Amino acid sequence: MSATLESLAQRFRRCPVTGLQVNRDSELLIQANAVVAVVAMLVGALAAIGLVLTRWQAVHLLPADQYYRYLTAHGLNMLIFWVIFFEMAVLYFAGPVVLGCRQPAPTLAWGAFALMVVGAGMVDWMVFTGNADVLFTSYPPLRAHPNYYLGVILFAVGALIAVSLFFASLVVAKKEKTYSGSVPLVTFGATTAAIIAVITLLHGAAVYIPTWLWSMDIGNIDPEVYRMVWWGLGHSSQQINVAAMVSVWYLLGGLTVGGVVLNEKVSRMAFVLYVLFISMASAHHLLVDPGMGSAWKIWNTSYAMYLAVLASMVHGFTVPAGIETGQRLRGYTNGLFEWLRKAPWSDPGFSGMWLSLVIFGFMGGITGVTLGTEQINIMAHNTLRVPGHFHTTVVGGTTLAFMAVTYYVLPLIFRKRVAFWGMARLQPFVFGGGIVAMALGMIFMGILGMPRRHWDSSFAGSPFPVELPPASELVQVLFGVGGLLAAVGALMFIAIAVVTVFFGKPVTEEAIKAGASGIPQGVLKLPAQVHTGEVAERQHREGVKGTVVLVAIFFVCFIVYYFTNWKMLSFLWKVG
Amino acid sequence: MSTHEFHSAVVPPQGIWWSPAGKQEKTWIAIAFVWCLVLFAMMPFWHFKGGQNPSGIRYRVTPEAYEARVARFVQEYQVGEEGGMPMVAPPPGADVYLVGRQWQWYPALKLKKGVQYTLHLSSADVNHGFSLYPVNLNFQVIPGYDYGLRVVPNRSGDFRIICNEFCGIGHHLMVGKVLVED
Ligand code: HEM
Ligand SMILES: [Cu+2]
Ligand SMILES: [Cu+2]
Repeated sequence: MSATLESLAQRFRRCPVTGLQVNRDSELLIQANAVVAVVAMLVGALAAIGLVLTRWQAVHLLPADQYYRYLTAHGLNMLIFWVIFFEMAVLYFAGPVVLGCRQPAPTLAWGAFALMVVGAGMVDWMVFTGNADVLFTSYPPLRAHPNYYLGVILFAVGALIAVSLFFASLVVAKKEKTYSGSVPLVTFGATTAAIIAVITLLHGAAVYIPTWLWSMDIGNIDPEVYRMVWWGLGHSSQQINVAAMVSVWYLLGGLTVGGVVLNEKVSRMAFVLYVLFISMASAHHLLVDPGMGSAWKIWNTSYAMYLAVLASMVHGFTVPAGIETGQRLRGYTNGLFEWLRKAPWSDPGFSGMWLSLVIFGFMGGITGVTLGTEQINIMAHNTLRVPGHFHTTVVGGTTLAFMAVTYYVLPLIFRKRVAFWGMARLQPFVFGGGIVAMALGMIFMGILGMPRRHWDSSFAGSPFPVELPPASELVQVLFGVGGLLAAVGALMFIAIAVVTVFFGKPVTEEAIKAGASGIPQGVLKLPAQVHTGEVAERQHREGVKGTVVLVAIFFVCFIVYYFTNWKMLSFLWKVG
Repeated sequence: MSTHEFHSAVVPPQGIWWSPAGKQEKTWIAIAFVWCLVLFAMMPFWHFKGGQNPSGIRYRVTPEAYEARVARFVQEYQVGEEGGMPMVAPPPGADVYLVGRQWQWYPALKLKKGVQYTLHLSSADVNHGFSLYPVNLNFQVIPGYDYGLRVVPNRSGDFRIICNEFCGIGHHLMVGKVLVED
């Protein structure tokens, strides 16, 4: 007995920066999942370059069949593989590492990882051999090779196992009393992400298993029912991303500038709201579908009266407010915005997090709510406005937040100094700036009527010529330049991550003391995580004036954008 | 614990953390909640007061039955040919039947401005996307479902129907025509 305890104890180390008890198994699982995530991003980013250069009509690089194939590969490798592998790493971190417990069932965890890798590999193999030119939504009656669906199923089963192990770690930590009090907010947020993941993966089983059978000529699939259940998977999974991203914001706020939780109750209730209404999420993809009536559409697209939007608006206040409070507690108390001006902008962990917050809130959130309005969707459905929107949520938001946290994962978990540190400081700005420009280009192209998922914006070869407005060339340049910049930003990130992992110099206590390059300032000197006494009292009385101004600006933008869209809608043909 | 202790999101909160929110937070939550109600109310409101709604008349229909209906529609009202496609001019108020198939919108339509038609959309094979260009009116077209939308063209001109749902390798060739006359 004591021998097993001893061997168990040997699997822990105490993190010299955060003081967390980190177990070796979880650490290795985090590393493996993060590395595969970055490989998926490499595939997705290379495909993205092909897509940008094809849709930029002045270049029009790829032939039609390859454009659709790369589009399929890009959607899958980015949205599914990059994001979900990374989320698995986040769960292994937010569970066993943050709670300081052992990794439950490490062998099973590696089995889950293997299933996911095999599944993803099968999917990519099918896609790149031309056996699955169906885009990542694979709407029947379009049909792919059965091994494509099987690959997705294996991947999902692996993810489901990994998520269950996260829940197991909550139980283990509680039972073995590795922490006192309640689980930290980061873990709480990750828990909601995990709950949503279970719901999502059940939808996935409900849709992919029958579709797999159908691809082997067993049974029938109704195309509309497929769309409804598929988006129960496809959109709910975006809610995983949001919950995970918000958790990462809170985490990085704390690590970079000692950001605090203003009120545990408020932040936790907001996370709970994400879970409650999640199954309704598929509706805003079906607003102009023939399968459902308006009452269903209105109730569901609004997630029962926009309570999930409420949740995001709450986090949109509490996250910057927590950062502002943390900074003010550290002495940046002058004026409205000293805390923001004097923030560590050269720390990519901070700049990436902040850009993610701003891009997600100001662009992703506002455009998402607007496009998801039953009637406004009539003038946006399947136009380029849609990818314009989600490249500011899951890319400018989630992906950028994940990149930012990687700059802390590398020194804290891989225990390596970040390579190309000068480039790393620029990377969030290049990627974020590129995504914003590309998304704006897409949004304007969509407003001009350009379809998404379309090889030829000149419509050459079609029976009737299509005339494009002169403005379309200009917005295509914005789209093209922005897209290339974003792709460069992604490749910078990949290069930094890969070189750090395989060739990075170790983070040693001497290196930390000497303030060596490649170590973010939050790791060099972790800001205080707890504040008490007179300073805290005073800060509590003074409040967060800067954040109040920021959300006021946000709110005005929201109102203006939203009602401008109603106005635009009123100019269309009458339809009903 | 002091009344106003602050901690980061990686620190496990001790004791009871269920405490009242600060004034600024409360105010923002209240504003956001009211705004959410506005967002919600706008949709039913537009059904009563607005002119653009995706309600429509919705039926199930087999692709064969729908194709047959389209053929009858074309036979009844064909007035000419354009781009190798019958040009069909239904009378005001008529039911108009348009089918998306790999890879064409069939047939071409000639409509009158300011007149209401019931525009039926369905597919003969896979999902397609009806996108009236440059008006930017978009609807999903799904095999097995008939989506009948009452439309009133509000300006004359030569419009296109672009397919905006991926429907196979010829997707980008799928362009139809709607002529609206005064
Ligand atoms: C690296 C920078 C990126 C660039 C330059 C880029 C660019 C593009 C382009 C040009 C399209 C095609 C739009 C169309 O023709 O309809 C596209 C589609 C898409 N992108 Fe990205 N993207 C990037 C990163 C990402 C990331 C990180 C994700 C997910 C986390 C993502 C998710 C998607 C999805 C889901 C689609 C839709 C695929 C489909 O319609 O089937 N992208 N992207
Ligand atoms: Cu089509
Ligand atoms: Cu198409």
